Amino acid sequence: MAISVEALLLTKQYSSQPKGSRPALDAVDLHVEAGQLYGLVGPDGAGKTTLLRILSTVMNPTSGSARLMGYDVNKQAEQIRSRLGYMPQAFSLYPDLSVMENLRFFADINGVSHGKQKSRIDELLEFARLTDFTSRRSENLSGGMRKKLALACALVHEPEILLLDEPTTGVDPVSRRELWQLLAKVIQQGVTVLVSTPYMDEAERCNMVSIIYQGRILTTGAPVDLERQMPFRIVEVKAKPRGTLRQVVDKIDGGYGWRAVGDRLRLSVVDPAGVQARIKANLETAGAQISILREARILMEDVFIYLVEQQEKQA
Amino acid sequence: MSSEKSVQATQLTRKFGDFIAVDQISFDIPKGEIFGLLGPNGAGKTTTIRMLCGILTPSSGAASILGFDVSKQTEEVKQRIGYMSQKFSLYNDLSVSENLNFYANLYGIPREKVKSRIAELIEIAGLQGHEKQLTRNLSGAWRQRLALACAIVHEPPMIFLDEPTAGVDPVSRREFWEMIYTMAGRGVSVLATTHYMDEAEFCNVIGMMYRSRLIALNDPDSLKDEMRGVLFEVDCHEPGRAEKILRDLPTVQDVVAHGVILRVLMTDKTKKVFLEKVLTENEIVIDRIERVLPTLEDVFVSLVDQENRLHVRAEID
Repeated sequence: MAISVEALLLTKQYSSQPKGSRPALDAVDLHVEAGQLYGLVGPDGAGKTTLLRILSTVMNPTSGSARLMGYDVNKQAEQIRSRLGYMPQAFSLYPDLSVMENLRFFADINGVSHGKQKSRIDELLEFARLTDFTSRRSENLSGGMRKKLALACALVHEPEILLLDEPTTGVDPVSRRELWQLLAKVIQQGVTVLVSTPYMDEAERCNMVSIIYQGRILTTGAPVDLERQMPFRIVEVKAKPRGTLRQVVDKIDGGYGWRAVGDRLRLSVVDPAGVQARIKANLETAGAQISILREARILMEDVFIYLVEQQEKQA
Repeated sequence: MSSEKSVQATQLTRKFGDFIAVDQISFDIPKGEIFGLLGPNGAGKTTTIRMLCGILTPSSGAASILGFDVSKQTEEVKQRIGYMSQKFSLYNDLSVSENLNFYANLYGIPREKVKSRIAELIEIAGLQGHEKQLTRNLSGAWRQRLALACAIVHEPPMIFLDEPTAGVDPVSRREFWEMIYTMAGRGVSVLATTHYMDEAEFCNVIGMMYRSRLIALNDPDSLKDEMRGVLFEVDCHEPGRAEKILRDLPTVQDVVAHGVILRVLMTDKTKKVFLEKVLTENEIVIDRIERVLPTLEDVFVSLVDQENRLHVRAEID
């Protein structure tokens, strides 16, 4: 498989950061294969935006190197830019221009020939389902439609790689689903996509995921593999009264703690069968009424929480 | 018993000119419960909160907070509620304790009690050691906790949270909800809005709003149980071709590409082997097929879909 994006020991220390503080990006390695949908998952302030800014050649790293399609981000920015689509988080649509005018503008600045523009723009309008809104000013579009337009603008010059910085943040569930459906189409056309998101559940929609936290990559892998590699499994329990449930669960040492998700508790445990039996016995003794007690699937959020806690134990 | 209900809304409606922002919504929040109001931007969530806080008068219908009418007893209502908005109104140039002090004075906490109440709030919010720090220099998660502490300075029995955890990391989010749960355990009622579906899992009851109406009202598990059909996750090669093949099957209700994963909603009796057989016959390499439980996002999208089919409107947005 060809490598589309390769970063080695990429580090960024902003000049505004106090001397000696942790860099915004701390020796990050990244390998994205051609044609992958690659997720960069982490909370606000983890370094996702910094990494994407460096890869999109809008900012230089303090040290380390990165190549896109074989071109060096420091020395060959021009070659990269013509082959790259970048959708920043605060996307740069012109609010006073219409949908069509925005698309034409981005086609012009990205050197799409006038002969090709019409067919490409028609194709993208169809793709983003914006055909009926071509004359609407972008400031009058809903949030979800604006994101779709920004995506169409980033694709106007048929890039080989698409970098998306939190395309789904602040987007309602229906539009969020539509955006992921559009990304599926982009991938099917052979484009490599690197997308950042703070939503752990979205990681499961990617081929490959890197979890990034405090400027470092904590782990990389296919979502299913990351979930399998965890040293624990999950037991889910719901019972009434809630107070009794908490007291009982608090006394069970399953190995990796528990957390509440709604009125359900999720325990990370080494021995799910044994823990379930103990919970059942203790809840029954305490006179609680059990409505759910089962092994549940490990989620990316469980993976994240485990890795962060391990990291903090080491520090 | 209205005294046991923290919120009671009946046919609550708000019009702005011809536009109906909130259309006859009814729900209750029992004491100590956490109620999640979900829906896209513009669905009417914020207008609903504003009416319940006594800031906006309903056009028709009624609502009461702890028995006080929101349109006639606004003073009583305001004394009993805490409101944490999406853009927390903290003063960036004040320190943590100065912000708390400001809100304590604003809510008229007696001078002699201010000090002990602030100490208590610092404890609840886990902000010990950060008292002197300027708010501007706090991380998103700390600011969020401080905003919550400011909103509850007068010990309100009813709290409104408008998208409280947007952009906060999962570990901090979990801690934040632990705080909310602790308060609910002491009898405080909470109404939280979010369009973040996994957050909705934290709520005892969920109201889903869409186009100004309440389209579903139930606890998270029941909402999932009520969703018709069986959901499979399919991870395979050539997902584009697989999507088309599956879509043509008579037992398939819907196929949605979630990035590289296909989520296939089938009518009840389908088995996993059936999907395996169809895809294999079409020479598609399967990595994984798994029956999965619907998420609240699945539920929401399916309800919205039904709703849109019922009310086909000329204007899409």
